Amino acid sequence: MAVKDAGQAASSQSRGARGRASRSAAAVADRPPEQAELVQLLTPEGERVKHPDYPLDITAAEVKGLYRDLVIVRRIDFEAIALQRQGELGIWASLLGQEAAQVGSGRALGPRDMAFPTYREHGVAWCRGLDPMKLLELFRGVSHGGWDPTEHNFHLYTIVIGSQTLHATGYAMGIQRDGAVGEDGEAVIVYFGDGATSQGDVNEAFIYASVNNAPVVFFCQNNQWAISEPLERQSRVPLYQRASGFGFPGVRVDGNDVFACLAVTRKAMQAAREGQGPTLIEAYTYRMGAHTTTDDPTRYRLSAELEAWKLKDPIERVKQYLIRTEQVEMSFFDEVDAEAAEVGGQVRAACQTMPDPLPESMFDDVYTSRTAQNAAERAEFDAYLDSFVGEEAAR
Amino acid sequence: MTTLTLSKALNEGLRKALENDPKVLIMGEDVGKLGGVFRVTDGLQKDFGEARVVDTPLAESGIVGTAIGLALRGYRPICEIQFDGFVFPAFDQIVCQLAKMRYRSLGKLSLPVVIRIPFGGGIGAVEHHSESPEALFAHTPGLRVVSCGDPADAFAMIQQSVNSDDPVIFFEPKRRYWDKAEVDVAEGLAAALPLDRARVLVPGSDVTVLTYGPMVRTCAEAAVAAAQDGRSLEVIDLRSLAPLDTATIVESVRKTGRCVVVHEAVVTGGLGAEIAARITQECFYQLEAPVLRVGAYTTPYPPSRLEEHYLPDLDRVLDAVDRTFGY
Ligand SMILES: Cc1ncc(C[n+]2csc(CCOP(=O)(O)OP(=O)(O)O)c2C)c(N)n1
Ligand SMILES: [Mg+2]
Repeated sequence: MAVKDAGQAASSQSRGARGRASRSAAAVADRPPEQAELVQLLTPEGERVKHPDYPLDITAAEVKGLYRDLVIVRRIDFEAIALQRQGELGIWASLLGQEAAQVGSGRALGPRDMAFPTYREHGVAWCRGLDPMKLLELFRGVSHGGWDPTEHNFHLYTIVIGSQTLHATGYAMGIQRDGAVGEDGEAVIVYFGDGATSQGDVNEAFIYASVNNAPVVFFCQNNQWAISEPLERQSRVPLYQRASGFGFPGVRVDGNDVFACLAVTRKAMQAAREGQGPTLIEAYTYRMGAHTTTDDPTRYRLSAELEAWKLKDPIERVKQYLIRTEQVEMSFFDEVDAEAAEVGGQVRAACQTMPDPLPESMFDDVYTSRTAQNAAERAEFDAYLDSFVGEEAAR
Repeated sequence: MTTLTLSKALNEGLRKALENDPKVLIMGEDVGKLGGVFRVTDGLQKDFGEARVVDTPLAESGIVGTAIGLALRGYRPICEIQFDGFVFPAFDQIVCQLAKMRYRSLGKLSLPVVIRIPFGGGIGAVEHHSESPEALFAHTPGLRVVSCGDPADAFAMIQQSVNSDDPVIFFEPKRRYWDKAEVDVAEGLAAALPLDRARVLVPGSDVTVLTYGPMVRTCAEAAVAAAQDGRSLEVIDLRSLAPLDTATIVESVRKTGRCVVVHEAVVTGGLGAEIAARITQECFYQLEAPVLRVGAYTTPYPPSRLEEHYLPDLDRVLDAVDRTFGY
């Protein structure tokens, strides 16, 4: 269905007309949570399984590409944790365990689609083509992000939980107004966590997206924890089922299955681009590391849980699949490891030599142009700094 | 007497509050098993149970809004906001609801809610973790706004705040959480300075230095440094930002004739401005120099690699002291 006009898109689409009954949240809402449907296309053992709603035609080259992405983003993450331990970064929020959710969804985006991340979407950043150094600048305390979101259609990281879901929805409403929905349309994806689903902003975003039928995909990485709080503190129903109450489909996908994340996100993004409105995707995964490098998860969770999730590793299953289906030479894995090590080395070197910003730069970009007060404070600051130079010279 | 960090002193104060009154509750994100990201509530859930020390859903408006409801039902909730930058989802509940309920009910309703907020910078954090938003709350009639500067005050003031029948916004100087001092945890509150009073921390005669929270230690250090140059600073820890203890401030400035106000918050529209205006009015004929303010520049909090330039420090306090002698 091609709907060019935003107003039309909002008014003419009855839910029934969307033809997605098989995945509508209403269809599964009656089921008890344990039986919640999990879309999976690749088992933890690396076996390909089929799903009626999510056929995925994928070439060997594409699978190898995904594998490469997964390994590299894990390596960047690993380097960043080490750099933080060595005092080169102030803090780091690890994506360990969530690589498939991020790479699968990230590779489902077209260049014109827009992505709104939280602070943990290093894998999505990689897929969008953002230089990893930009992320390290933020966590080192050199910038607040500072990249140009329009360059890779990847918005700045957002630290205040949930705020970006409204920004993404508003951006999607802008796409509608521009008539950029329909054939060859654009869509937005917004990332957030399981904890974030409790925020007012996120629930308001669901409502705004729903009543406007906005082309936005809500991608929730349910990594089971919001710092020390398990999901039970946030919800008594599986998160994807929340969507039905807001009037759009929700789907739960195996967040450690890069194929499933790719297929499910592709379908939801395509639906959004075509004018069929929002989808909530719950990527069911696990935060394998600490919340951030300053967190100590031994205070609140059992290592048995971690051990169980280790068996569902998102990278290992792709590797097993590639071996099982004989799509690659064994040397392929070494090549990817070598490439990842090289990227890691570059990240490390660049971080260690990263200069601090100039002190005066803190006065820049507060307003479109420098205000008189800003100029006066800056001059006062310069004079103050100079007073030390004089003092030192006098000694 | 025991040596306690400021964080532990708050913990002991909260423990006393929970022991003394079964209606006291603690609620916030990660306050339970984790004990809060700064460990201020460490061990309290273990000892008082999940019904009294509650890990809430991740929603600040919900934390404060439900605390208001609980208070209406006779409870005394202590809310923890994880970091200064995350209080704003609760801003409506605090400013429009919490602050005004007594007034709207013609005094029939009290909301004994405490909102603890770790505030200020200097810890090398990412954005939204180093803010000083106290003026926004001090500007709101109906809220008591306080800040502790050392472990002993932390211990007493948190208990006094819980006992207050007015809502209290309790700002904790996060970069001082690890500062240690002697605290008498056996001591009751009878001898403690009332919550709305400022304290003359360092007596002096040449310049009054008014400050609170994280800058208390900085200003006390400045007094020592200034003494070596033969200048006597009188350092006053304001403790209460709303209402202000104007009497103590005025008495000091009438004596010294000079005043510097120091806070981490942006100077523009900050508490320093309010204090300077009051002093100008009350001490006009005793003033030898205009009241000077030392605070952050009028920019958003910069990336942490620049925070040492942004935040006031000992040198900037001394520089302002020098300047008050230039008039
Ligand atoms: C409004 C707000 N409140 C509190 C915080 C502090 N905080 C940072 S991350 C976090 C937990 C987030 O959990 P979740 O949404 O599940 O995302 P995850 O970190 O697991 O990826 C909290 C409470 C914040 N950043 N913003
Ligand atoms: Mg989470």
